[in-house]
Amino acid sequence: MADQKALFEFLLRMGDNSLILGHRVSEWCGLSPVLEEDIALANTALDLIGQTQFWLGLAGEVEGKDRSADDLAFLRDAWDFRNVLLVELPNGDFGQTLMRQFLYDAWSSIMLGRLMTSSDARVAEIAAKASKEVAYHVERSGDTVVGLGDGTEESHKRMQAALDYLWPYVGEMFDGDDVDAAMVKAGIAPDPASLREEYDAFVGKFLNQATLTVPTDVFHHKGGRTGYMHTEHLGHLLTSMQWLQRAYPGATW
Amino acid sequence: MSKEWPLWEVFIRGQHGLSHRHVGSLHAPDAEMAIKNARDVYTRRNEGVSLWVVEAQHIAASSPEEKGPLYEPSNSKVYRHPTFFDIPDEVGHM
Repeated sequence: MADQKALFEFLLRMGDNSLILGHRVSEWCGLSPVLEEDIALANTALDLIGQTQFWLGLAGEVEGKDRSADDLAFLRDAWDFRNVLLVELPNGDFGQTLMRQFLYDAWSSIMLGRLMTSSDARVAEIAAKASKEVAYHVERSGDTVVGLGDGTEESHKRMQAALDYLWPYVGEMFDGDDVDAAMVKAGIAPDPASLREEYDAFVGKFLNQATLTVPTDVFHHKGGRTGYMHTEHLGHLLTSMQWLQRAYPGATW
Repeated sequence: MSKEWPLWEVFIRGQHGLSHRHVGSLHAPDAEMAIKNARDVYTRRNEGVSLWVVEAQHIAASSPEEKGPLYEPSNSKVYRHPTFFDIPDEVGHM
């Protein structure tokens, strides 16, 4: 039997990634540049929140302290979140949002593909369901990145700026620690570093088509997936996401 | 060049064996994105198994002013409806 504490930690990382990104994307609701994109982004956000329910639901079960997915989402503070920094970064302009989405979707689609053969049937099942949604997300965000990157002078400039800003946050998705080692040993999840080659090839193909230049600096920010230190942005996000449960504990509708 | 994306008409096949039905329209920069947008705008509740999109400008439509010559001649030809046949009871509901 796998180390349950490590499994709980791993599931938090999966669930917090989709929760925080889902919330970020939902911030566009009603504000997108065109109606069609507004609906598409809302769909993406809903898919991500749906995936969160599975990941955090299972996390609560594994933890065994009677915490539900809602408890984990709404009643933890910033230091307990285990999402990578990339997903908590502000939306910026539409291009930055779509670039962030693409950089995450690409990782997510590869990760979920690997998790479908997880030794833990519950993990494999969630991955199988989520991977269908993410396959569509990455197709959409990838095409949009190409369209805007290889678009007008203005859109190209914005997409390059978005890539320059976000790229230093990509590396964290491939960091590994004791939790990952325990997951690899139990056959539950792959070593994050083992996804990098496929990721670079996949992302590189799209960015090349988008006529964008990948920054060469290898430095990357970290601290999100370990909970060591989040960016200042996460706290602000949580204040609006958790406000209702904090102000009216246990409120339902 | 116009800054507005072109208008696309969306058709969905609800299930195998049925024909595609017009469900509405949307804006998109190209056909691929029109399909994606149609997927997001019109198939969120499991509405279909196949999508068609066609740029609205490529649809040729009859003109309302011509409705006299186009449709009235058939008004007086009720015998073109297959309502003058006696259907045997054994056939049941058709």
